[in-house]
Amino acid sequence: MIPDWLTPAIMTIITASTPLVFAAVGEIMVEKSGVLNLGVEGMMIMGAVAAFAIGVTTGSATLAILFGALAGLVLALIFGLLTLNLRANQVATGLALTLFGLGLSALIGHSFVGETFSGLPKLDIPFISKLPIIGPLVFGQDVLVYMSVASVFFAGWFLNKTRWGLVLRAVGENHDAAHAIGHPVNFVRMMAVLFGGSMAGLGGAYLSLAYTPLWVENMTAGRGWIALALVVFASWRPGRAIFGAYLFGGITILQLHVQGFGVAIAPQLMSMLPYLATIVVLVLISHDVNRFKLSAPACLGKTFHPSQ
Amino acid sequence: MIEPRLELTGITKQYPGVLANNNVNLKIMPGEIHALLGENGAGKSTLVKFIYGVQKADSGQIRWEGKHQEVSSPNVARKLGIGMVFQHFSLFDAMTVEENISVGIVPELAKGDLANRITEISRQYGLPLDPQRYVHTLSVGERQRIEVVRCLLQSPRLLIMDEPTSVLTPQEVRELFKTLRSLSEEGVSILYISHKLQEIIDLCHNATIMRMGEVVATCKPENETPRSMAEMMMGANLIAPERPDRRMPGPVRLTVNSLSVVSSNQHGVDLKDINFDVHAGEVLGVAGIAGNGQRELMDALSGEVPVDAEECVIIDDHKVGRSGPTDRRNAGMGFVPEERLGHGAVPEMSLWENAFLSGAQSMSLLDKGFIRTRESADYASNIVREFNVKTPGVENAANSLSGGNLQKFIFGREILQGPGVIVVLQPTWGVDAGSAAAIRQALIDLAGTGAAVLVISQDLEELFEVSDRIAVICEGVVSSPRAVSDITVDEIGLLMAGISEPSSSAREATYGH
Repeated sequence: MIPDWLTPAIMTIITASTPLVFAAVGEIMVEKSGVLNLGVEGMMIMGAVAAFAIGVTTGSATLAILFGALAGLVLALIFGLLTLNLRANQVATGLALTLFGLGLSALIGHSFVGETFSGLPKLDIPFISKLPIIGPLVFGQDVLVYMSVASVFFAGWFLNKTRWGLVLRAVGENHDAAHAIGHPVNFVRMMAVLFGGSMAGLGGAYLSLAYTPLWVENMTAGRGWIALALVVFASWRPGRAIFGAYLFGGITILQLHVQGFGVAIAPQLMSMLPYLATIVVLVLISHDVNRFKLSAPACLGKTFHPSQ
Repeated sequence: MIEPRLELTGITKQYPGVLANNNVNLKIMPGEIHALLGENGAGKSTLVKFIYGVQKADSGQIRWEGKHQEVSSPNVARKLGIGMVFQHFSLFDAMTVEENISVGIVPELAKGDLANRITEISRQYGLPLDPQRYVHTLSVGERQRIEVVRCLLQSPRLLIMDEPTSVLTPQEVRELFKTLRSLSEEGVSILYISHKLQEIIDLCHNATIMRMGEVVATCKPENETPRSMAEMMMGANLIAPERPDRRMPGPVRLTVNSLSVVSSNQHGVDLKDINFDVHAGEVLGVAGIAGNGQRELMDALSGEVPVDAEECVIIDDHKVGRSGPTDRRNAGMGFVPEERLGHGAVPEMSLWENAFLSGAQSMSLLDKGFIRTRESADYASNIVREFNVKTPGVENAANSLSGGNLQKFIFGREILQGPGVIVVLQPTWGVDAGSAAAIRQALIDLAGTGAAVLVISQDLEELFEVSDRIAVICEGVVSSPRAVSDITVDEIGLLMAGISEPSSSAREATYGH
């Protein structure tokens, strides 16, 4: 027999993992174009506060999601203008973006502390969504969960099967060659950065609209950084990133349940587990150094000067 | 009257501090193979960038098949029918041949069964290529084929080739020339940039010679000699390296004993049982086609990849087989690797810092662990002065120097340390003729002071110019060295191709024949 707690447990794993899927897939696209945006945390938290604020004031989930993505995009635009057009250092700018996002979101979110949002509506197909396990898991999620899974397939297809994906990888692999061939390096990178920003924004929006439908200052709690690590450990492959995200989400939930059962392990150690396990597993699956080197975009983090 | 395919008039470009192109005129007819000749920094590459639309000139006109034309981007150039093979390939290592070609051509051409068309074109022009291979697994010659096929797919009417042969073996060069000639017969114009003079005489119909951003001469290469063209290029008389009469060699200073190395790189070459001696006062040349173990031999000799037994490498009685580069430097060895930037010198560091990095011990530039800044700068200034390095000062970063100047600096840095043994790999690769002559002279002079000099190079002319004895490396095996007076280019060619083993009498040959 299927235990009663299984379905809700898997449901919580999905909700815990979805924000990471968004952010990691977005950052894969950004990094594949050769840009290292360390501002994922900042873009996520801005997405979270914008989505929550719009959701609470208008009551519309659609508008909330849109504004979540838009907030991430605006922050990414600032990053893009600074690093691509003004050639600022990407690492420093990314870190600044995170600090800026955390601060600004706290300011905006101040008046929304204590409010709640009704949560995102879930898909409800008569009969099918009521099937045991499969029903709620596959046919009973909210729209963002489906979008996050779709984004993984989209990113994989775009990067490997389309010409623009090929150009994007080329730009990240060798920007001088791409420029010499005649591809607009900075334009391609800007598009990738904006996409990454919107995805991080969506990840943030999911946090404040569905995961814990309320606003708490600093509620991303380092998920942006986890997403960044996932990108590396997934060796820039969307399929592996969703695996890593679910692994992380899964162990996060699991260790909460274990703690709930009162197992005699220090809770601090248990809280480390998701980070540790994710890193270990992803290191194991990407242990081949040569293949890892090949999947890493060779121009990652390097500023492009068209004159040279 | 036939219109020229391409005509440039009055092209001028001013960079901060440099007049890169000054009123340059150039005319190429259909089907013509036109050489653009000049030393590094003469303005050839700048000029080509305008033709291909990578950069804009300050003034001047480009006429394409009789019509005035703005080439504002490489896409425009490609639409006109201009194809370009870059000196530094525009390739992406982590992608397949097909992806590399696809990303470099107009989208309409990239559609459909590109892989089949690649195979077809490569068969038609004798440029074998497998569309599904990853670029990082290919040899340099194969990589160049990708660039050529990429151009040919777009049926170009003008093909620009920037130093295409600097990385090719003699066989590959012959194959390439065959392709270029058949293209020329089909009416494709070719702009051929090079400073290899013999090749230009063999291949090109006309030549335009540039110096310091200006066109200084035009000529028909078939009426010229390499020497006359070199002099036009340099604007000075070319001095061939002078060599004192061959003296009796001194004692052995470098011994390589049954050196075998299994390459750590899966595309590398294993070294197999290598034995040779280099005497004081001698230059030993090692010839060979690229990728036959030269790099591995260099790494084993410099100590970057220490070998298993101490006695595999002996420098003046010091057994150093298992030691790293610093110990070997201390034993009196100097080395100049192939890549100037990133291996021979740290690109972003200043000249004096680079001088310090290799000379810290032997020039006593350290004082209780602190850098003796003034002495280091003096040392660097000495190098600049004695080896005629063109730079505003030793505070300038290594990557601000031209290839030839940086190579002179690196040679000077090693030579001024007074090494007893020096090992150099591809000493004049991509270096202008004037600097190359200076470097060769410096190597001969160093041997004259009693040092043992080992030169590993793909340039046979160079080896015959500087060497006393020549050996050949092929698939990781080094043939026994033979006196230059005793071996012909053809024999070396056969050894390079791994076709025949030297005869037993040749094995004994050393000096005095």
